[in-house]
Amino acid sequence: MILRLAIGSLLARALTVGMTILAIALSVALFLGVEKVRTGARASFADTISGTDLIVGARSGSVQLLLYSVFRIGNATNNVTWESYQDIAKRSEVDWIVPISLGDSHRQFRVMGTTQAFFEHYKYRGGRSLEIGQGRGLDDLYDAVIGAEVATALGYDVGDPIVVSHGLASFTEHDDQPFRVAGIIDRTGTPVDRTVIVSLEAIEAIHVDWQSGAQIPGQTTPVERIRQMDLKPSAVTAALVGVKSRLQIFGLQRWINEYPEEPLLAILPGVALQELWQIVGVAETALIGVSAMVVVTALLGMMAMIFSSLNERRREMAIWRAMGARPATILGLLVLEAALMAAVGAALGLALLYAGLVIAQPLVDSGFGLWLPIEPPTLREVAVLAGVIIAAALASLLPALRAYRLSLADGMMVKI
Amino acid sequence: MMGPALKLDDVRFRWPGRASFGLSVPTFRMGQGESVLLIGDSGSGKSTLLSLVCGIVTADTGRVVVAGTDLSTLRAGARDRFRAEQIGVIFQQFNLLPYASVSDNILLPLRFAPKRRKRAAVDEATALCSALGLPEGTTRTTAGRLSVGQQQRVAVARALIGQPPLIVADEPTSALDATTQDAFLGLLFNQIAASGSSLLMVSHDERLGDRFDRVVPLSEIARAERQAA
Repeated sequence: MILRLAIGSLLARALTVGMTILAIALSVALFLGVEKVRTGARASFADTISGTDLIVGARSGSVQLLLYSVFRIGNATNNVTWESYQDIAKRSEVDWIVPISLGDSHRQFRVMGTTQAFFEHYKYRGGRSLEIGQGRGLDDLYDAVIGAEVATALGYDVGDPIVVSHGLASFTEHDDQPFRVAGIIDRTGTPVDRTVIVSLEAIEAIHVDWQSGAQIPGQTTPVERIRQMDLKPSAVTAALVGVKSRLQIFGLQRWINEYPEEPLLAILPGVALQELWQIVGVAETALIGVSAMVVVTALLGMMAMIFSSLNERRREMAIWRAMGARPATILGLLVLEAALMAAVGAALGLALLYAGLVIAQPLVDSGFGLWLPIEPPTLREVAVLAGVIIAAALASLLPALRAYRLSLADGMMVKI
Repeated sequence: MMGPALKLDDVRFRWPGRASFGLSVPTFRMGQGESVLLIGDSGSGKSTLLSLVCGIVTADTGRVVVAGTDLSTLRAGARDRFRAEQIGVIFQQFNLLPYASVSDNILLPLRFAPKRRKRAAVDEATALCSALGLPEGTTRTTAGRLSVGQQQRVAVARALIGQPPLIVADEPTSALDATTQDAFLGLLFNQIAASGSSLLMVSHDERLGDRFDRVVPLSEIARAERQAA
């Protein structure tokens, strides 16, 4: 009966209560939305590389190596010589090794030189392989396989020509050796979507007439002659390594890190990701903090609403008291009302979140390559919702205590 | 022999924090089933007296005894329970929770009074509404939709449900016109006679006195004490 009366009391003040609930709902939706994007981004990052045991590059920072080799963010400070690469490849612990050569670009997208092994061993989102949905893989020297985002953004189809630019954001183009789109990889939600993949030999081929980062003046080797040349690379940017037994990872890592011929760095992708989270954790915390403050503001609004309604409800409280309700019952009634408002607000917030996800999911996916899964609320989200309801009940204690004192002082004597 | 329904002896009370107003009642008694009209002007201490009788406040000295229980011996929570069990209250107006159904309004005191709840018959709310001349189906109506006269009759039903020994009414007819007032009092007295409850009503209107067993000017039994603030 008390619950029914509390609901009736709230319905009687539908406008102000409705606004309060809406404020709570929006704040809850924002908070959960930020949380969804945060966990989505983390999952997306973590899903980007799977099944690779070590990433090897020139000695720098582990986060930097992870960023440029996997996420195509930033640049390598140095390369790994082909001899060092071969030394690592020959190690008995190594099951497979995939070279990566970065440094050139096509429009706003990075060009990556690699081998057929990349398509066999690169895994994402829990072991999924790359699928070339249209066309085929790298057969010819001047074949390029492009990511889904590259194809969509530039409107490329299989067979279209591609000219690779030298370096990043450069005006110098390797237009004497155009490539052809041989295949388009299905969308993965990883940086592969935004990558133009060519063969390692092709990277060498387009730099035949280049030295120390600049074109040798007046020298243009015909394509036919280049095709005849031995295009063994002199260096690669990084390498993805899979070991035969997981027990050997640390041994191989130590061997690479202590490699005497060249300063190299081998990192475990998971560990480097953890380091990355520690760096971005501050921003994440700030974002969560701001959205939590929005929830707090909504709850303060609710508290102010309850406070302002107290005076007009003194008569109602006097009736409760006259009927035998203890001041504690009146306090409980106000707390119950606040909890009800917060519960409806939280439920509405959750509904808003899912509605938002349904609308935003494809847009965020295509715009940022970020997949926001639509799943039942996680335990953490349920805990957040419960936390909002409990916080609302606690916040309402202040006005409820005032109501308690008012009802003690007023008794049945309010004359309004 | 049954004791008095209400007894006040040497009662003195002063509002805490309101040093300007106090009330003293040397002696006052009401018999079982008796109806008494206390007449007093505004500010004469009527509401303070009712608060004392209902146990909302306790006397600084003296005894307020309702149905044989000295209220000063009860703790605050027990006084609230006692009020719910033993006293039906009717205000002058705005008596009901406007958002609640008539039925919930009538049954509200039973929520806090288990013994009274046991005494109440299953369909007593409907029976009381019917006896008080409220249209059929009124119990499901939201209280705020009723006319003032109807609301006062619902308030009577709420005070009478579970037959509490004492009904306290604070100018329940002040919001009603003369004709409605008379009809209302008729219904109230019929129901009080049927339940055997005692009725203590305060009013400034002496014309209501005909129906009561006794009409007592408040000034005869109580003295209001004012101090300069």
